[in-house]
Amino acid sequence: MTHESARGHVTGSAVFTDEQAMPARFLRLYPVQSPHAHARILAIDRRAALASPGVHAVLLADDIPGENNTGPIVHDEPLLPSDVVSHVGQAVAWVVADNHVIAQSATRLVHVAYEPLPACLSIDDALTQESFHLRPARVESGEVDAALARAPHRLRGEVRCGGQDHFYLETQASWATIDGEGIVEVTSSTQHPSETQAIVAHVLGIPSHRVVCRCLRMGGGFGGKETQANAFAAIAALAAKVTGYAVGIQLPRSLDMQLTGKRHPFLGRFEVGCDADGKLLALDVDMVADGGWSCDLSPPVLMRAMVHVDNAYVCANTRVVGRIARTHLPSNTAFRGFGGPQGMLIGEEILDRIARHLRLPPDVVRERNFYRPGFETTHYGQPVVDNHLPELWAQLKHSSAYAQRRTEIDAFNANSQTRKRGLAMTPVKFGISFNKTEYNQAGALVLIYQDGSIQLNHGGTEMGQGLHTKMIAVAARVLGVNRRHIQIMTTRTDKVPNTSATAASSGADLNGQAIKAACETLRQRLAPVAAAMLGGAADEARFEDDRVTVRDTSLSFAEVVQAAYRSRISLAATGYYRTPVIHWDAVAGRGHPFYYFAFGAAVSEVEICGYTGVHQLRRVDILHDVGTSIHEGIDRGQIEGGFVQGLGWLTCEELRFAANGRLLTDAPSTYKIPTTSDVPIDFRVDLYERSAPPGTDVIFGSKGVGEPPLMLALSVREALRDAVAAFGTAREIALDSPATPEAILRAIERVRE
Amino acid sequence: MRLNFQLVDLSDADPTESLLRWLRRQRLTGTKEGCGDGDCGACTVALVETSDDGKARFSAINACLMPMGAMVGREVVTVESLAIGEVLHPVQQAMVDHAGSQCGYCTPGFVMSLFCGYYAGDFDDHVIDGNLCRCTGYLPIRRAAKALAAEPRGADRFSALLDQHQAPETTSLGTFHNPDNIADALALKVAHHAAWIASGTDLGVALSRGQHIASVLIAIDRIPELQCLSIHDNHARIGAGVPLSRLERELVGVFPALDHLLPWFAARQIKNRASLGGNLGSASPIGDLLPWLLAQDATIEVRGPMGARELAVDGFFEGYRQTALQPDELIVAVRVPRVRGMQAGYKVAKRRGDDISIVAAVFVLVLDDDCRIAHVRLAYGGVAAVPIRAKAVEAWLLGRALDESVLQEAVARLRAEFTPLDDHRASAEYRRALVGNLFAQFVAEHKEAP
Repeated sequence: MTHESARGHVTGSAVFTDEQAMPARFLRLYPVQSPHAHARILAIDRRAALASPGVHAVLLADDIPGENNTGPIVHDEPLLPSDVVSHVGQAVAWVVADNHVIAQSATRLVHVAYEPLPACLSIDDALTQESFHLRPARVESGEVDAALARAPHRLRGEVRCGGQDHFYLETQASWATIDGEGIVEVTSSTQHPSETQAIVAHVLGIPSHRVVCRCLRMGGGFGGKETQANAFAAIAALAAKVTGYAVGIQLPRSLDMQLTGKRHPFLGRFEVGCDADGKLLALDVDMVADGGWSCDLSPPVLMRAMVHVDNAYVCANTRVVGRIARTHLPSNTAFRGFGGPQGMLIGEEILDRIARHLRLPPDVVRERNFYRPGFETTHYGQPVVDNHLPELWAQLKHSSAYAQRRTEIDAFNANSQTRKRGLAMTPVKFGISFNKTEYNQAGALVLIYQDGSIQLNHGGTEMGQGLHTKMIAVAARVLGVNRRHIQIMTTRTDKVPNTSATAASSGADLNGQAIKAACETLRQRLAPVAAAMLGGAADEARFEDDRVTVRDTSLSFAEVVQAAYRSRISLAATGYYRTPVIHWDAVAGRGHPFYYFAFGAAVSEVEICGYTGVHQLRRVDILHDVGTSIHEGIDRGQIEGGFVQGLGWLTCEELRFAANGRLLTDAPSTYKIPTTSDVPIDFRVDLYERSAPPGTDVIFGSKGVGEPPLMLALSVREALRDAVAAFGTAREIALDSPATPEAILRAIERVRE
Repeated sequence: MRLNFQLVDLSDADPTESLLRWLRRQRLTGTKEGCGDGDCGACTVALVETSDDGKARFSAINACLMPMGAMVGREVVTVESLAIGEVLHPVQQAMVDHAGSQCGYCTPGFVMSLFCGYYAGDFDDHVIDGNLCRCTGYLPIRRAAKALAAEPRGADRFSALLDQHQAPETTSLGTFHNPDNIADALALKVAHHAAWIASGTDLGVALSRGQHIASVLIAIDRIPELQCLSIHDNHARIGAGVPLSRLERELVGVFPALDHLLPWFAARQIKNRASLGGNLGSASPIGDLLPWLLAQDATIEVRGPMGARELAVDGFFEGYRQTALQPDELIVAVRVPRVRGMQAGYKVAKRRGDDISIVAAVFVLVLDDDCRIAHVRLAYGGVAAVPIRAKAVEAWLLGRALDESVLQEAVARLRAEFTPLDDHRASAEYRRALVGNLFAQFVAEHKEAP
């Protein structure tokens, strides 16, 4: 079974947001951007632009009839600033014109007077200026200070990691039209149509029932369209309201990179206590995330980092304190892993520090610290359930010939002065569910027509991850029909309301259960009809191969549907699901936030050049637990793609800002995501074969797979560190992240000193 | 222009609008815009190009960098024409079979790159090194390419298209001129205050971003005199307009340093268009082939209204993107001597493929019978406002034996020879380190070789 849109993708006929048949009169938007990171707006003069031919409007804060805010959690994010600009490139006005060329050139006719203000442009600036969003967050268990004091070995350290642009191939896109009844229809490349709907309604000052948001498919999301799509949908809707015409925008690449938030850069400082075997005794971590100018999703991103710093390692005495730096940069946001990667990067840094300090093999120190029977409670109080990691780890160690390759690599390094190889193995334990408990619900609407064909609506959005394909598989399985009878519909807020973002690796978990519930309802209605026709009891009816069978006789699914219609039985049903068990107290930093955990492990082998710091990834072995896969092909795609995206974050993707806060790397010519040449030919992926299905009631026994594989790429960072270490005998190997050639050469030079 | 087997009248087209924007306005939206800068490959289309031997081939290009003026008289195939009804092209079918698409936005570009590879029998990674995918990690696409390579290819309507290809008539489009000889090109240049546009891999970015270049543009990518390539015993003469992908095919083994550099010089779509003449004319300090020309002591043949002359590449670069060319002169060809001795090209960038150099270096070193340095060229890109040779160190090295202490001293001197900049690609400190280290790497890798 292929991706439901595969044929559309390869022929170019799969339509994206900005490619639909637009209304005849269709206007375009272009922003007037702030040249300052932080400045007071003294005056905005739009008269010259408005007088320009083809210009319909220049939108300013005063034009907003409702609430001038797009902040999803904290209402701190004006759609259009009225007094202060907060990052370079921020939109202070939007020109609405006949086409984007006219709109873009008219932006030069909007005159804005600014009074520059002092700016805060980094985590270090924020620490100096004590510039933070909200109060520090805290997660703590055990007696950290006492355990540190008693520990035979204590180490302190600091690690930083950079941000990451989503670089979805389809940039942010939205368009809006208002019908004769005043209903606003917004088509948006958004991962969260219900939130987009709500924010459009707030901005326009109308109730949500007057707004419909629809999302056909996205050309990639990765978290970058979870909240960040909202502002562009809102400005298109505002422009449609002001001008009376349909209005749309698809951001040019550089604008997208300048305007939207990215993965949070983090600073982690730690003190760790361990015994002579490298076992963790106490851990004290202070982390700071660069939130950018507004809160956006920074609080839950930070919290996920704080509850993933442990990765797969148990430590009874753990304290994590986290803060969100408030800087004059674009507001950082969700990105695949949602803080988990940053937390785990800090955790793996700590494990490596311990191992090298004690001169123990890092893989051994790692496995000694795994959560295991008797040691299964996390620092936030949740037990690690369904823990297959020790077994999975042992399997991968064997299948990747880790021990033999370790010996070979040590021999290679002994004989090579200028090129060194490195090998590392890292685990992933990733909590599945939204930390925000209320997001863990989903709805579906399934419609059967008289010919037996089926329309499938659910609250999730398709961004390439194959959610729709999996959802079709769920419906096909429950109703026993071939998938060609099932039409997946555009995600619309008037079909399924109050949906959650398609995020947190839980799109299939949540929406799959909702679809299953709806389809089971329909099946329960159809079964008695079939039983009455075929003779037998309703609970004997089996739905498979497009037929309904009772005992030994059967009817086609369509025949049963037609009979049900004639018997006046409803052929439409909703389905609803909420994740059981979970709860979370964000203030106390305790609870049971995850329904279950995803596990995986990876082995990476690298070679680095001592002259240049250039590295080559030679081989990757992955073993990942997806439970009982609904669709192996899609799950493998998520594992491979997630790994390579993580590889980019940790190696070649580097965001650089000018001294004034302007993003210098705002195009693919300067911001480098991996290409095919970065991916080793020898790349082995296996799905972990479980001895038993997951203990939790997940959809058909499958586990979420969207985010966890990204963190398998930490094995590359650790392998690079291992190779750097081979240039000397240091007991501490500092390696900046991303590990660009420059960073690697710097690390080598430190080791050689 | 012939588009997907149909002749299209372009007389109303805006000559500076990109092919990508134009296609999308015709509602041919299979060709996507991922960047508009020629870096992501989402807009890849197949241009039909005829080589010297008269054979037509499909050449993958970025539609975002192709001004409509340059499309007059050309034939192009876009993703929409590949399938016949429900029957997919083998390339499309392979992408479906191997789950080569996830979000689907980059997919048409990959399909078109593989399509061009399919008819050339070329399926290695370099066929898709100019296409960015953010979802798949490239592995299923690589598997699709591998499966295609194993399949026999029969004749089809696209191979027939190549066999029967006749370019449509080439004319000017408004203020965009397409001369077919040097004399006409020079006459046009003098008559108008025009700008040359070679293949547009540099100026195309400016046009795509809506920048104004000149009111009249003269394209020089279809002048046969600029397309000559000849290899002689002691030099090669390379027409200024020869696409780099043709150099990659036809100069294999002639210049070792070029063999090192070309696989990592930009992506296939760019190499199918970019030329040495364009590289020299734009004179970017990070143009990767310019250090090679410096190291080889190349000679540049130019023609202008006042006649022909020859310029040594040493001295050609006068300042940041400034050259010794007179305003109306045209680069016709480059003569590159074949040299003996140790020679190699190096490129360091954040990413191995399809990236702009932090530092590029080309070294040539000849030892005499006493193992003393008889000839040396140390040429760099990315370390100054112009591509540049480390002449002080070259002079210092001449006549010395290349022992460890000399090497150490040379590396130290090289690190001090330039004052590179800090920028978004790297720090000045790293660039200085590379200037010396790359030479040390070169010596280590080549000294033992005969």
